Amino acid sequence: MEQSANIVREPQAAEQPALVPPVDVIEDESGITLYADLPGVPRDGLDVHIDGEVLVIEGEMGLEMPKDMEATHVEVGLPRYRRVFTLSKELDPGRLQAEMKQGVLKLRIQKAERARPRRIEVSG
Amino acid sequence: MDFSLFPRDLFAELDRLQRQMQQAFEFSPSIRGFARGGYPALNVASTPQSAEIYAFAPGLDPAQIHVQLERGVLSISGERGSDLPAGESTASVHVAERFTGRFHRVITLSDDLDAEQVRASYRDGVLHVSIQRQQAAQPRRIQVN
Repeated sequence: MEQSANIVREPQAAEQPALVPPVDVIEDESGITLYADLPGVPRDGLDVHIDGEVLVIEGEMGLEMPKDMEATHVEVGLPRYRRVFTLSKELDPGRLQAEMKQGVLKLRIQKAERARPRRIEVSG
Repeated sequence: MDFSLFPRDLFAELDRLQRQMQQAFEFSPSIRGFARGGYPALNVASTPQSAEIYAFAPGLDPAQIHVQLERGVLSISGERGSDLPAGESTASVHVAERFTGRFHRVITLSDDLDAEQVRASYRDGVLHVSIQRQQAAQPRRIQVN
């Protein structure tokens, strides 16, 4: 899941209206784990990339629907999700792991080795 | 506008405004609370042959989802566990927005549905329930002589 930061993205793609998925963000000593609810997004509809210091999570739904369907009640009105986070410097964008399972994205971002907490001995 | 405790908190103001809007537009919701913002989110649609229900319920074990249809009332229930660290962990939680716990949503559908012909599938975190209409209720073209 590595992408170079200087890929020029089509502005139209970014401006399409999208749902904001709910997330959980948990930090431990070695990194950050992010869970995002993206129901309806298959593995190949997911796009996670880092643009400079910005983490972008995008997902396109792949629902199969009958053709002659007429909606009577709609709570999910858009077919895509998008959420953007600014990463802090101690995180290592090169070490990103993404896992997709039943519409839940689990993202693990490791901290850079030098940024791990160190216990400072107090002498004297 | 009501008085708020911290009038400069823009997000609290927007939150309150949204609730007021909801009350203004949905002034008589169904008694079973067919309200927005619940888990799972629901889309309901109909075709001449069937009713199609999509429940956006990510992160479940399909064997643990209970779907029940009785006299045109469809009920979807289950439980979703938490991914947050347990009590003694040293990890800290910065954002916790995802739903956890038991859920139960009930939808009143039309009464021309055939309770014997229901298909339910769970894929990519979306539960799709398709219920056929009774044969007698399906539109039929009548020949004019």
